[in-house]
Amino acid sequence: MSAYTSTLSGERYRFDSLARLLAAASPERSGDRLAGLAARSAQERVAARWALADMPLAEFLAEPVIPYETDDVTRLIMDGHDAAAFAPVAGLTVGEFREWLLSQAADAGTLAALAPGLTPEMVAAVSKLMGNADLVAVARKVTVVTAFRSTIGLPGRLATRLQPNHPTDDPAGVAAALLDGLLLGSGDAVIGINPATDSPKAVRDLLELLDSVIGRYAIPTQSCVLCHVTTSVDLMERGAPVDLVFQSIAGTQAANASFGVTLGLLDEAHEAARALDRGTVGRNVMYFETGQGSALSADAHHGVDQQTVEARAYAVARRYDPLLVNTVVGFIGPEYLYDGRQILRAALEDHFCGKLLGLPMGLDICYTNHADADDDDVATMLTMLGVAGASFVICTPGGDDIMLNYQSASYHDALYLREVLGLRPAPEFEAWLGSIGLLDERGAIRDVSGTGHPLTAIGRELAA
Amino acid sequence: MTDGQIQPPTGDLALWSALRRHTQARIGLGRSGSALPTRHRLELQSAHAAARDAVHSPFDPGAVAAQLPGMATVRVRSAAPDRLTYLQRPDLGRRLDATDRAHLPVGEWDAVFVVADGLSSRAVHEHAAAVVRETVVRVPTFRIAPVILAEQARVALGDDIAAAIGAAMVVVLVGERPGMSAADSLGAYLTYRPKPGVTTDADRNCLSNIRPPLGLTYEGAAGKLAGLMGRARELGLTGVGLKDDSDHVAVVEPLR
Repeated sequence: MSAYTSTLSGERYRFDSLARLLAAASPERSGDRLAGLAARSAQERVAARWALADMPLAEFLAEPVIPYETDDVTRLIMDGHDAAAFAPVAGLTVGEFREWLLSQAADAGTLAALAPGLTPEMVAAVSKLMGNADLVAVARKVTVVTAFRSTIGLPGRLATRLQPNHPTDDPAGVAAALLDGLLLGSGDAVIGINPATDSPKAVRDLLELLDSVIGRYAIPTQSCVLCHVTTSVDLMERGAPVDLVFQSIAGTQAANASFGVTLGLLDEAHEAARALDRGTVGRNVMYFETGQGSALSADAHHGVDQQTVEARAYAVARRYDPLLVNTVVGFIGPEYLYDGRQILRAALEDHFCGKLLGLPMGLDICYTNHADADDDDVATMLTMLGVAGASFVICTPGGDDIMLNYQSASYHDALYLREVLGLRPAPEFEAWLGSIGLLDERGAIRDVSGTGHPLTAIGRELAA
Repeated sequence: MTDGQIQPPTGDLALWSALRRHTQARIGLGRSGSALPTRHRLELQSAHAAARDAVHSPFDPGAVAAQLPGMATVRVRSAAPDRLTYLQRPDLGRRLDATDRAHLPVGEWDAVFVVADGLSSRAVHEHAAAVVRETVVRVPTFRIAPVILAEQARVALGDDIAAAIGAAMVVVLVGERPGMSAADSLGAYLTYRPKPGVTTDADRNCLSNIRPPLGLTYEGAAGKLAGLMGRARELGLTGVGLKDDSDHVAVVEPLR
């Protein structure tokens, strides 16, 4: 194991391993403090960044932060590394890599070609040398396009997940919230429900409800009821209408085990979903959620800081060419990300790292009520992530999820973002919105609350 | 415009008010441009403010003790010295303050109730004492320790307390993370023979959303808790091995 040193203001700092160095270089956050990994002073943090800036990128291939023998995510990262793709940056230090990423040499085509040559630790490391604006500027250059029944990630587009959760999975309650979201132009990334239970019957009922609405109104989107991967496999075997297979994933084998997931299980689910072949414009069938803090919360972080572990989860995700990946950035609570400032920083890091690794990154821009954050923080994050080119955001009615008891972006927030940045929905979904009279002459969502729109039949049947 | 019900937008009024019967979700809010109408923006801020205040309102153990006439109480603090530390250091919220440990009533207890502020002292002030009173009358054969009133406390602080005083099981009544539609929700966690640092959430049985009249009632919670306590004593365990399932856990009526 190598030691890393640097001298700042006459004081010499020593970091005993690459994991220690990465943790000390990370911006302040409560989770790293809780894990005992954070820099002990502001000066030590900057000293770590000086040492990191001088480190050759190639060293990440020589010193895994978690041993190869004990962790299958490390094996996935090392065995899957594409040396040819890495070649253009193989001679750079982390500091030089930052400058290269910011330069005009790094354009969309170059960055797409580079992705298989990058490891999560490399992108996490360079993110620690970047300011928030750097993270936006570089992420904005990356384009990742995926498709199932809609196409996600095209430049100038922003998709949304419509999230009509209900605390008891009441079909009428879900359908009412679904109608609300559709009338506000939401749902092109996915119509996704977090069910209140993981019972296969409840999941299947919700899948059938969503499938019938999508089919009846010919909506070019996909549904997902977010259950454990084993539940999805079981349901697919029984012929349930599964569009996307969902799973929460993390950056270590042990943290994935705490979710009851192995790479083998994910392989099996991926294959089963592809075999169903339910997509119309593409074959990306997986939907992953991640979020800083999950490995620490499972006591499975191996002394690696929470952002670097999070980036390692993206190595798991990219094995499966997912349609969607989102970081649920402020969900776990203030012991991991204390306030709006820490949540914003984490959101920008996750989005940057995921995109550089070639993933279709979206965000659940959210907070819990015991974190020091509010709806202004959501607006700030939303705007920065919109500029940074996020593929999609999660939206809830009024920004208040009544099932998970947390605050997220609202359908209104997505309309705001599309308006101020000139972003449009996924092309297939945009055409559908036009065909059912939900777009005005400028291409914006028409306010139909007074017109008795045909879609409101969904609601009228419930109300009857 | 204060404390109003969420109003439907113009038009389709009947439709949205009919749909709102099916969900508490904030649907049919209408729009001002792309944004929320003023009324709904302020309504959301009111709910958020109630949740924030619930998190940061100080715990008043005296107020809970006053609702427990005839029952002995003991006040303790966790190792988290203040709210800011508490929110960032769950490990400290799970450990007793060293001085307070010395004052605990050691004995041959069958059960101890710990009233823990958790993330909403409001939930605890409003609901915890009633749940304790309704539960103790349903477990008349239990030797019940003095009620421990714990400040800056997480659920697992109950493990430390039960182990320190020699109680066979612990019931932690704790203020849950406040959502915007419920800032006063109480949770109850039952753990048999907890071992501090070893016991995990899988070893507990939990009742959540105790919050009459919208959530679980005091009688409902106490009946289930007493049933679980009886089964825990018979089986010598709690957690995933003890299903909270009305086929197996009898709801116990009070013996007054």
